[in-house]
Amino acid sequence: MSDVLAVAEHRRGDLRDVSFELLTAGRQLADATGGDLHVAVVSGDTESFADDLNREGVDAIHTVSEGEEFNHDVYTQAVEALHAELDPEILVMPNSVNGLDYAPAVANRLDLPLVTDAVDFDYDGGLTVTREMYGSKVETTVDVAGDQQAVTIRGAEWPAAEGVGDADIAEFDVDIDADAGSTVTGFEEVGGGDVDISEADFIVSIGRGIEEEDNLPLIEDLVEATGATLASSRPIVDNGWLPKNRQVGQSGKVVTPDVYLAIGISGAVQHVAGMKGADTIIAVNTDPNAPIFDIADYGIVGDLFEVVPELIEQFE
Amino acid sequence: MKVLVTVKEVAEVADDFEIAGTEVDERYLEYDLNEWDDYAVEEAVQLKEDGPAEEVVTVTVGPERSEETIRMALAKGADRAVRVWDDALEDAGLLDVETKTNLLEAVVEEEDPDLVLTGVQAGDDAFGATGVSLADELGFQWGAVVNALDYDADENVAHVHRELEGGVEELTDIDLPAVLTIQTGINEPRYASLRGIRQAQSKEIAPKSLDDLGLDAGAIESDLEVTSMYEPESESDAEIFEGDASETAGELAEVLREKGVAE
Repeated sequence: MSDVLAVAEHRRGDLRDVSFELLTAGRQLADATGGDLHVAVVSGDTESFADDLNREGVDAIHTVSEGEEFNHDVYTQAVEALHAELDPEILVMPNSVNGLDYAPAVANRLDLPLVTDAVDFDYDGGLTVTREMYGSKVETTVDVAGDQQAVTIRGAEWPAAEGVGDADIAEFDVDIDADAGSTVTGFEEVGGGDVDISEADFIVSIGRGIEEEDNLPLIEDLVEATGATLASSRPIVDNGWLPKNRQVGQSGKVVTPDVYLAIGISGAVQHVAGMKGADTIIAVNTDPNAPIFDIADYGIVGDLFEVVPELIEQFE
Repeated sequence: MKVLVTVKEVAEVADDFEIAGTEVDERYLEYDLNEWDDYAVEEAVQLKEDGPAEEVVTVTVGPERSEETIRMALAKGADRAVRVWDDALEDAGLLDVETKTNLLEAVVEEEDPDLVLTGVQAGDDAFGATGVSLADELGFQWGAVVNALDYDADENVAHVHRELEGGVEELTDIDLPAVLTIQTGINEPRYASLRGIRQAQSKEIAPKSLDDLGLDAGAIESDLEVTSMYEPESESDAEIFEGDASETAGELAEVLREKGVAE
């Protein structure tokens, strides 16, 4: 009972990046526990997913061919059954929207302590998980009791596993009760609208720091003067000040402009996931400790209501 | 139908703070209604205003201090509140998902709601797991990270959108009884009106101990222990422009011109 079981994630026919990061995280744990790394892939084209997941360090891949897309009832039952069969020490799942839709149910059924959103682990006979609290202002280490644990990992914290492995690939038969009470009926792309911010070369993006909707025209003047494309972090869209197709981040669009000018954006991890691929990142924020400065190339620690009018003047 | 909303009072940390042991020093904490729960309360109150819900009850695990936050939810339109607390919880440290599940399960069994709404996560410890764990324990259906909800009374089904990553939403039908974890942006939470605040003063907040809920100290034994807390090291190598607004804006403009994105 010192193996590690990692559960891959896919959507609309493609494995998601976090699946390959799970392999790295899972291998790290398996090396520490001295066990094997097992990987589960549930639903969809499991055969081709298994081929793709067969990377260096993976010992076994278990496929569950039931259903096409993610369904939490299928995942919960499949992972529960596989866990009972393999009896691993640590179960690793993605801290994604879908991960959070089945991991807590699996942990509850198996009576496993659950730690979510891990950014690192340490294993020394027992599991210690590093995670953040208070909107990334502090990091904590958490000792997890018990002989077996469940952990979800944050995306982009571990590098993706590479290379070609020689894992045993086998179908795992589970008797799934398909008569559960939830049914996925489809998907919808959000936003629409006339502008595709993922195509923009220069993005001016705003966050909570602009305080109120009445301050939006100031930013629009800057956008006008510089020929930029306007985008925002989540709270601006939640408030209804800009449409959903302007949102940059994990649940919005991923953008890769030449320059990303973040105004009044603190840089929460969910936002950073959508813009860290920009060539040059510039931040304007009053809080010198704001996480956005950790990834910025240039910064102004100052009041946007003083800086932005001066900036507009530079281009008029 | 009856809607139960889990409401958490979360601590927010000031920009500058100190850590004492494995906690942020109490002096630097401010308490407020969890942002995600604010949207959950609003969704429940709208279900009542639109007809399907007859009663909206909130449940909070928290000390007496949290009544201030609970009153906020009552002022926004919840009918009454349950507050779970016990001396044993005072000393319990970090409550794990199982503990929160046990406490809330006992309240759900007493209240017997058709629909339970929780925030996706709490702004302080950010586990994001209690709602789904609770649903599973109760044998309820569930949906995590819901950003649109349309309840069909004839079918007793919740048509929901789940907000996936990358600008995609999943459309799912969920039979009631169910637990839905509510994402920010699903609605526009109202401000508590003066009238609402006055009315909230006379609404019931029922305190419940472990004993009242038929639980013993074993129900709150946490598997998690925080062993250290520290400020993450800044990896910043940003070039910070110095000077007044005019000077810094000038340097910024220079960079934009250099990069060829603005003239």
